[in-house]
Amino acid sequence: MASTKKENKQSFEQSLKRLEEIVEQLEQGDVPLDDALKMYEEGIELSKACVEKLTQAELHLKKLAKDMQGNFRVIEDDEREQEE
Amino acid sequence: MLDLFSQEEHEHAAGPSVLTVSQLTRRIKQVLESGFSSVSVQGEISNFKFHSSGHMYFAIKDSGATISAVIWRSRVPFLSFTPEDGMKVIATGRVTVYEVRGAYQIDVTSMRPVGAGELQIAFEKLKRKLAAEGLFAPEHKKPIPQYPERIGIVTSETGAALQDILHILRRRFAAVEVFLIPVRVQGAGAGIEIAEAIEDFNRYGAVDVLIVCRGGGSIEDLWAFNEEVVARAMYRSRIPVISAVGHEIDFTIADFVADLRAPTPSAAAELVVPDRFALLDTLRNYWYTMHENVHELVHSRKERIRHLLHSYSFNRPLDLLRQYSQRVDELERSMTAAMAHRFSILKARSESLRHQLIALDPTSVLRRGYAIVRKEGRVVASRHALKPADEISITFHDGSISSRVS
Repeated sequence: MASTKKENKQSFEQSLKRLEEIVEQLEQGDVPLDDALKMYEEGIELSKACVEKLTQAELHLKKLAKDMQGNFRVIEDDEREQEE
Repeated sequence: MLDLFSQEEHEHAAGPSVLTVSQLTRRIKQVLESGFSSVSVQGEISNFKFHSSGHMYFAIKDSGATISAVIWRSRVPFLSFTPEDGMKVIATGRVTVYEVRGAYQIDVTSMRPVGAGELQIAFEKLKRKLAAEGLFAPEHKKPIPQYPERIGIVTSETGAALQDILHILRRRFAAVEVFLIPVRVQGAGAGIEIAEAIEDFNRYGAVDVLIVCRGGGSIEDLWAFNEEVVARAMYRSRIPVISAVGHEIDFTIADFVADLRAPTPSAAAELVVPDRFALLDTLRNYWYTMHENVHELVHSRKERIRHLLHSYSFNRPLDLLRQYSQRVDELERSMTAAMAHRFSILKARSESLRHQLIALDPTSVLRRGYAIVRKEGRVVASRHALKPADEISITFHDGSISSRVS
C-alpha cells in the first residue's frame, strides 16, 4: 500500500545513515585510496539525494477515506491552502 | 376491536368505562411516549447498575422525585464518562413505558456530567483506572521515528490545529506525505470517531507516526480526548502516537496514553520532523569532512610518488609512476570541481528555499499590517463569500479576534 515509487529508492533516513558511515570511515583515514574514492563518490550521491529531499518546498496532503466495503481510498488534497 | 368499541359506547352511558389493565397501560404508554419523545433532565445518579448484559440501569433523582433510567448496550460506547452514584448529570432521551411492570423510565440516548467539578471527578476516576491497568506505563511507549516519511493526522478538517501543523511541516521539512482522517473533535460521538480513525490508520498501515490533536477550548470542548475509547485505541495502536490537545496547560487522558505528548499541535509538528536548515548544515559539514579527508589521502599519495621518483628512479619503471601521479592529479582536480559544483547547487537551493518559505509564511505579510479573515476555519479571499451576521475570525501577526459581519 505504500507508494511504489519509493520502494526502489532509499529512504532519507537510510541515505543519511549510510552517509554518516562513509564520513566516519573516511575520517578514520585507514581506507585504501581506491576504496576512499569510491566512498567519496557514493557520499556525494547520497548527500545530493538528501539535499533534494530537504529542499522540497511542497507538502503533500492526502485525505484517507473509506468506502462502504471498508476499503481505503486516498484523496489528493495537495496544497489547497497554498495562498494562506 | 369491534367488541371493544361497542362495549365502550355502551359503558359510557352507564358510568366510567372499564378497561383491561393492558388497555389502560397501552393508553398511558401512548400519552407518555408521544408527550415525552425527546426530553433532557438534570439530576443525580443513584442506584447505578452496569448489568452483565451490557445495559446500564439507574435512577435520576432530585430532592423531590426519582425517575428510572436505562442506557442500552448499543449506546454505552458513546458515553464520554463512566456514570456512578451521586454524579450530577443531564440525560437526554425519551420516556418509555414498560407495560409488563407498569413502569415508566427514560431511555437515555446521551448523557453528560454537569459542571467542571463533575468532569474533574470523572477524569480522575478514569485516570486511576487506566493507570492501574498499565495504559500509561513508560515501558509500553513506542519510540517516535526520527525521520518519518508518512505522517497520519487525526483531527478536524476545518480546525486551526490542522493548519498550524501543515504550516510548520512545510517550513521545517516538507518532504513528507501527510494523511488526514477528518473527525469531529467535540460533541457526542466525537470520541468514537477519533478512536475509529486511529484504528483505521492501523489497518491502513502505511504511516510511520500519528498525530491526534485539536486546538484549545474549554474542558467540555476537550472532553472527547478524555474518553476511554480514545485511550484504548491509542494504547492498541501499533503506530506511535503523538497527542497534542489544547494549550500547554491542558492535560487529557490521551496525553497520558500517547507515546509522546506535545503541548500544542504546532509543537507536535516541531517534534515530528527535523529542521531542514539544521540538516543542511550537517550535510555541508559532511561534504567538507569527506572532501578534506580524500584530498589529504590523494595528497599524501602524491608526496609518496614524488619521493619514489626521486629515490628509486633508476630501479623503477618511471613511466608507470608518472602515469599514476597524473591520475592522482586528475582525481584531485575533478574532485574539487565536483565539490564546487555541488556546493553552488546546494547554496542556490537553500537560498531559494529560504525565500520561498518566507514568501509562504503569512506572518511576514501580517507584520506589514495585513490580516487574514477566516470563516469556519477557511480563508475568505472575497467579500462575496461573506454575508451579514457571519461569524468570522481575523488573524493579525500577533493573534486572532472573532467578529461578526454587519
